[in-house]
Amino acid sequence: MKPEVVVVGSGMSGLAAGVALAEAGVGVLVLAKGAGSLQLAPGTIDLLGYAGERVTDPLSAIAKLADRDPRHPYALLGAEAVADAARWLSSRVAEGPLAPYRYVGSPEQNMLLPTALGVLRPSALVPETMAAADLRHADRIVVVGFRGMKDFYPSLIAENLMRATGGAVSVRATQIDPPSGLDGEPGTFRLARSLDRPGEAAALAARLAAVVQDDEVLALPAVLSIGDPHGVWETLQRVIGRPVCEIPTLPPSVPGLRLFDTLRALLRRAGGRLVTGSHVVGTKGSGDRVEAVRVHVSGGERSYPTRWVVLATGGVASGGLTLDPDWRMWETALGLDVAGVPAPEELRFSSRYLDPHPLSRAGIAADRDLRPLDADGARRWENVLVVGAALAGAEPWREKSGEGIALASGHRAAQLILNAERRVQETVPEGVAEPIA
Amino acid sequence: MSVAGHDHDDVLGDLMRGSLDHCVKCTICEQYCPVSAATPLFPGPKYAGPQSERFRTDEESVDRSVDYCSGCGICTQVCPQGVHIAEINSRARAKLKHDTGIPLRDRIITRSEILGKLGTPVAPLANASLRNRPLRVLGERALGIHRDAPVPAFAGRTFRSWAKHHVAAVPTSDRVVFFYGCGTDYYEPRLGEMAVEILEHNGFAVDTPKQGCCGLPLQSSGLFEDARRYVRRLAHNLAPAVRGGATIVAVSTSCSLMLKREAIEILGLEDDAELRLVSGRVRDICEFLVDLHDEGRLRTDFRPVDARVAYHAPCQQQGHGIGKPALDLFALIERLHVDEMDARCCGIAGTYGLKREKYEIAMAVGEPLFKQIRAVSPGLVVCDSETCRWQIEKASGVPSVHPVEILHRAYGLSNVPDGSAINGNS
Repeated sequence: MKPEVVVVGSGMSGLAAGVALAEAGVGVLVLAKGAGSLQLAPGTIDLLGYAGERVTDPLSAIAKLADRDPRHPYALLGAEAVADAARWLSSRVAEGPLAPYRYVGSPEQNMLLPTALGVLRPSALVPETMAAADLRHADRIVVVGFRGMKDFYPSLIAENLMRATGGAVSVRATQIDPPSGLDGEPGTFRLARSLDRPGEAAALAARLAAVVQDDEVLALPAVLSIGDPHGVWETLQRVIGRPVCEIPTLPPSVPGLRLFDTLRALLRRAGGRLVTGSHVVGTKGSGDRVEAVRVHVSGGERSYPTRWVVLATGGVASGGLTLDPDWRMWETALGLDVAGVPAPEELRFSSRYLDPHPLSRAGIAADRDLRPLDADGARRWENVLVVGAALAGAEPWREKSGEGIALASGHRAAQLILNAERRVQETVPEGVAEPIA
Repeated sequence: MSVAGHDHDDVLGDLMRGSLDHCVKCTICEQYCPVSAATPLFPGPKYAGPQSERFRTDEESVDRSVDYCSGCGICTQVCPQGVHIAEINSRARAKLKHDTGIPLRDRIITRSEILGKLGTPVAPLANASLRNRPLRVLGERALGIHRDAPVPAFAGRTFRSWAKHHVAAVPTSDRVVFFYGCGTDYYEPRLGEMAVEILEHNGFAVDTPKQGCCGLPLQSSGLFEDARRYVRRLAHNLAPAVRGGATIVAVSTSCSLMLKREAIEILGLEDDAELRLVSGRVRDICEFLVDLHDEGRLRTDFRPVDARVAYHAPCQQQGHGIGKPALDLFALIERLHVDEMDARCCGIAGTYGLKREKYEIAMAVGEPLFKQIRAVSPGLVVCDSETCRWQIEKASGVPSVHPVEILHRAYGLSNVPDGSAINGNS
């Protein structure tokens, strides 16, 4: 029962590492404070959406970014690791508990999908239920909302999409009543649960068929079932006779939950354990090795001995990093040094919201083996790997790179550990240990 | 002293309440709340908690929806920001109850110790009454205890009386204290005996000092003052053994969570030195046995057990933050096939599902679990909490046992021939 690897955090990066390790036969314990961040994300895997300009081929843009900016997490990982991780995730979802629900797309091509605000989202891998709204190909779309549903306004989406595509795509908006029995406010999850009930998808399909026109793609809020999205989506398409797609809602996100449920189930299937409600507060270690992770649980503290630690606690938003009013920033679980915090006399934030903010690139500096570096650029621990949004050097919300960095670094961390444990023979030489930051 | 944590000297209460400032409205709690998924009467933990709390004052509130919170605690467990949602709502519920009056029913069904003391000597009569339809209908009308709600049968003897005469042949200086709880004492004494035998099998001398109710049912129904009195008394009874270095091992995951954390955080007893002392030394029995295993001290002379069981980790067990140690132990038993249920809550939430106005909600909350159980049709449902077991048995028709019962059998301690099917009541 003693884990060989303790993963701290159950978002995209932590679960990618945990599943990949568990499936390779390693004893994995994932410790998480709460339920993870996946259900707050739209469920798409955005590898790289913007690098100055909007990106059409993420993989080659990542390679260029890595050359240009050696401190960026993608420079530590390399484009090939991103492609590997994307292929790996697609295969895992396709064999997950929601199969035949799957992800479609390619790391070499961004789709352009509508958001709930009618903005174009460049995304590489998306649930099959979203792909039909790809605005590179669609001609005519009807956005259908449910009356009373908050934060999903079809006319807003339609107008913004028309503007964003310069009128190249014709978008129409309409609303229907929510399925019967949803008194009061039809929230995202109530709608999704209602469609999991027998007969509900067919009943909704019949009502939608009356709304859609012959040549239109039908776009709905992403509420097409939690337990059987493929089945519900297919039922709608069959009855309506037109392509149907989901537009991700504002949080909470049903497709995000599906991805979380999928990875969690794969972890468990492979013998990995997930313990929520455990708040990692430090380590026990000597020299350059962590020997145990200290955890605050109900009634006090306990520690989990381990050979490896994967730190996947995220950035400031999820509490992995924190900043105090005196502009000191630190990493909350293991107490690692944070790099890239602007000095008092330097610019921290730009005056315009969407401009680059120097402070937002702060995080844990790591080498190509994802080992954390201290303030002097030396490896802090030999058996700790840092993944996901805790890594320094990226601005995921401007780049549209958050899931990509999380997925690729989590998956890469698993490969590095497996390689060190010699459970698989990698064909590529082991990563160079020289400090980058 | 106010009941709901709005008093100014309540430092931890302020901390709990202050945690609402960390709420980023991500709605993960709403997504996981089993009650708001089952009924529109409860608007969800975020609405009832961090949002409504800002408007709660010492005045009586017009919003009574927080009464429909079952107190399962899942919201706090899943919150990625560390907001103590369930604790905020428990305090708000207590204040509401204080303002609107606590029904007689809630004053009765929350006194598990008194009920046990009254029912045990007259067990056959009491049990017959509890299974008598006209009396249950009367009980529903007069008291508001739903006629179909699962109620346990009095064993007619207590665990305490067994423990008093139990002589262990364990020559050891390793001592643990067994905290059995009211459920074991009055309804399932055999469970306590099995727990003791398992601990002795692993070389521990087991002490069972005078204990008493932990006050959790009272706390759940908003009777905070009474709950404080009970839990302080329990901590006082357990403290000497802890001072002597003993670990406290418990079979009821809800009573042990009360000691570990809830009494301190919800009842605001952070200043009770004895409770603080005890809380750090309480271990759930499965947690304790897994720790022993990690230290290489657990006996693993398990016999194969031919059985297919479903395992449901109760909400309060999940509140410990220890994962699912029962599954780790079951993995040591050959031929035992375990289906892990992933539905979140059985609905009962202690006494919630007994109440007339909440029975239907509790059954709806538990339905996803009952459906999963029916789908795998196991011989047994294994579950660490007593009220959950009673609810599961009643709703799914499948007998339900504590993990200890499986371990006891695997150790060959149960007096059953090898190869015979496990049943729910040994």
